[in-house]
Amino acid sequence: MRTALAAGTAALAGAGWGFLWTLALCLLYSMAAGVAVAPPLGPAAVAGAAASLACAWRWRWSRRARLALAAGIFAFTLLALNGGVFIDAPWRDTPLLRAAVVALVAWSAVATLSRLRLDAATRYQTEKTLLAFGKGGGLAVLTLLVALPFYVMVMTSLKSQQALLADPLDYSIDLGQAPAKLFVSYIELFTEYHFGTFLWNSLLVSVATVALTLAFAIPGAYAAARLRFRGQQVLTQSILLIYMIPAIVLVIPLYAVFSQLGLRNSLYGLLVVYPATTIPVALYMLQGYFRGLPAELEEAGLLDGLRRPGVIAKITLPLSLPALAAVGLYVFMIAWNEFLFAFMFLDDIEIFTLSRGVVSLNSSEVPRQHLMAAAVVATVPVLLLFLACERFLVTGLTAGGVKG
Amino acid sequence: MAAAAPRALGPLARREQRLAYALLAPTVGVVLLVVLAPLLANFWISAKPVRLEDLRPPQLFVNERLRGDIEAAGDVAAIEYRLRNSSRKDELRAARFTDVLPEEVEAVEVDGRCGLDGRRLACDLGTLAPGASFRLTVLFRALAAGRPDVRASAPAAAAEADSVLTSLEFSFANFQLLFSAHDFWEVLKVSFYYTVFGTAGALLLGLCAAQMLFKDFAGRGFLRGLFLFPYVAPVIAVAFAWVVLLDPFSGTVNAMLQRMGAVAEPVNFLGARYVELGFFGLAFDFPLALATVIAFEAWRYFPLSFLFILARMQALPASLYEAAEMDAATPLQQFWRIGMPQLAGILAVLFLLRFIWTFNKFDDIFLLTGGAAGTRTLTVNVYEQAFALSNLGAGAAVAVLIFVLLLGFSLVFIKYAPKDEG
Repeated sequence: MRTALAAGTAALAGAGWGFLWTLALCLLYSMAAGVAVAPPLGPAAVAGAAASLACAWRWRWSRRARLALAAGIFAFTLLALNGGVFIDAPWRDTPLLRAAVVALVAWSAVATLSRLRLDAATRYQTEKTLLAFGKGGGLAVLTLLVALPFYVMVMTSLKSQQALLADPLDYSIDLGQAPAKLFVSYIELFTEYHFGTFLWNSLLVSVATVALTLAFAIPGAYAAARLRFRGQQVLTQSILLIYMIPAIVLVIPLYAVFSQLGLRNSLYGLLVVYPATTIPVALYMLQGYFRGLPAELEEAGLLDGLRRPGVIAKITLPLSLPALAAVGLYVFMIAWNEFLFAFMFLDDIEIFTLSRGVVSLNSSEVPRQHLMAAAVVATVPVLLLFLACERFLVTGLTAGGVKG
Repeated sequence: MAAAAPRALGPLARREQRLAYALLAPTVGVVLLVVLAPLLANFWISAKPVRLEDLRPPQLFVNERLRGDIEAAGDVAAIEYRLRNSSRKDELRAARFTDVLPEEVEAVEVDGRCGLDGRRLACDLGTLAPGASFRLTVLFRALAAGRPDVRASAPAAAAEADSVLTSLEFSFANFQLLFSAHDFWEVLKVSFYYTVFGTAGALLLGLCAAQMLFKDFAGRGFLRGLFLFPYVAPVIAVAFAWVVLLDPFSGTVNAMLQRMGAVAEPVNFLGARYVELGFFGLAFDFPLALATVIAFEAWRYFPLSFLFILARMQALPASLYEAAEMDAATPLQQFWRIGMPQLAGILAVLFLLRFIWTFNKFDDIFLLTGGAAGTRTLTVNVYEQAFALSNLGAGAAVAVLIFVLLLGFSLVFIKYAPKDEG
């Protein structure tokens, strides 16, 4: 039973590892060389399983001997199953080179495999092994999935039209060329496509939204957290419900009314909508934080003759700077990234925010390296801000955001 | 929680209550005006046959010009006013305008509908039929040689008109249109799939990511920051990055798939409604574009669940796992028996929140596919009806439906939500 389990685990892990390893190496190769490559995934899986079984079976040998045996089996199986060819590449006609590549693949695959401890095959060990394997592979895949779109965004923005068309798989960025050539898309965005104005508009709207939201939410949150009044429960509960109302439901009436009021094609319109939609969540996060502050400090302030506004300004706010920063950042990001209202409301190019400006580039007339450069321009400020204040934001979000 | 306010309030408590209301008033006012009022207005608009162009109210246009020559003082000429109802659909009532005649003229004959008070001309035009257009003249005698500048003062026009928006007529036409549309059930189904699978995908991915980043290793902080990128970056940037990445002709994903021999023809991830997939000899139609937007949704929002799940896991006492380790519980046993029960609360809350937010999501699909190729959810349908087809009323009807469904979800969730984790 134990042996069967161990063998099964070894075969499974080996097959997976052979598969992933061959895939990864082939992808790397095809990206680097820009050559058509069909990775022999099936044979690689079988070879991996065979190598892993061999590795597990001869456990009394020295580690090195086991590895050599396993590597040999891996290479042999792979080549045998694949008609003597590892991958379909130009160097397959050079026997020496071919042998070297296969040996390299086999050795690296087995070297990682050898970390498996199949000799002590308890269920505990088996699971530990499989999970370690799964975690490693999963982490690699997830990292790739998350990073790839961002990398492609930056890479595309730094290339010329010809280079992009010549080879979509060429992921390299030629950093050696003159900066004026490398950053030509960015330079054109700022000189010809008004992105300086868009950047400024976005900044203006976002900062004003943060200021307005905090100005409304701070007194409200203080009242909800500290003062007793009829309807307190109803209020705190309805705040979250309001946050559930989607923007798309509000957009038609606001469009109709703002058209009549002349607020539609103007940044002031956005400065009405953005704070109104962020105040509820800001209030909710802040009141959660205010509740956690010791009330005694404020009572001492009251006893010393301060009035409530004084208490808020001199005691509560200084104590809640971290929460204010987190809420401010969160609101800033919402306003900076907002798309729907900017898209619906803004018609004139001189008042476009970045979101609106990037969408206007999404046409067949604008080359896509410009579109990607625009995406980078919209992303970089908010990512930098996030990275600078990650700790703040993460604790703020998880503490006050959803946990009730 | 706070003690219930006593029935009879003392003067101090009353002052406190007054202060609380004063502090909350601005917030409540703004939210009422900009969030709740539009919400109710949707119901109003949805009951009216209102189109995008109806937002411009009918107006009386007045244009004046000089007719005739003036060679010397005493010559007679005319000021001609051209009047037009801007609307081809609605009549104008009590249409009127006023104008001030130039100094250099003396009125001789004024149209019957107008009166002259000094230099001030006031005309009452009554009702103008839809699209009506006519002229009205004022004869004058010049007091000096040369052309008087009749446009020195612009005429001020005013009129009353029924707006579809403010009339008291209601109809269910928009809802009839909505429910009888041939793709109504399709849209509903797509919304449902998008919401359920998008939510589940984001939660599952977040759970996996949290498990993988729980134990410390070199580079964990970096990866944790990286994993939050999709959530923090602007939607338009990441959506377009995906569009470029998945492009059938120049995108890297297709180039890679083709080079590896996985597909013969480029795959149109965002444009193909169905692709036929073979699975052990069984062929079935796979909704590719919908699956792609669902994958995007999971990709973009897994950081949020990742963050909350990780925070919860880190808040658990390590002794729980140490004890299990002593008892030789296997890693999977530890996960199912210790980890999951502790995470059940936060997972339930995340599911509820993400379910509603995913249901509400508009930007992502709109930017990726524009609602084409079988990805039109209810939210995209609001835009489609109201702005692409210019039928505001129909769009509002869809918005009302969304709101009603949301209300239904909330009621169900409030009923079954775990109370402790709230």
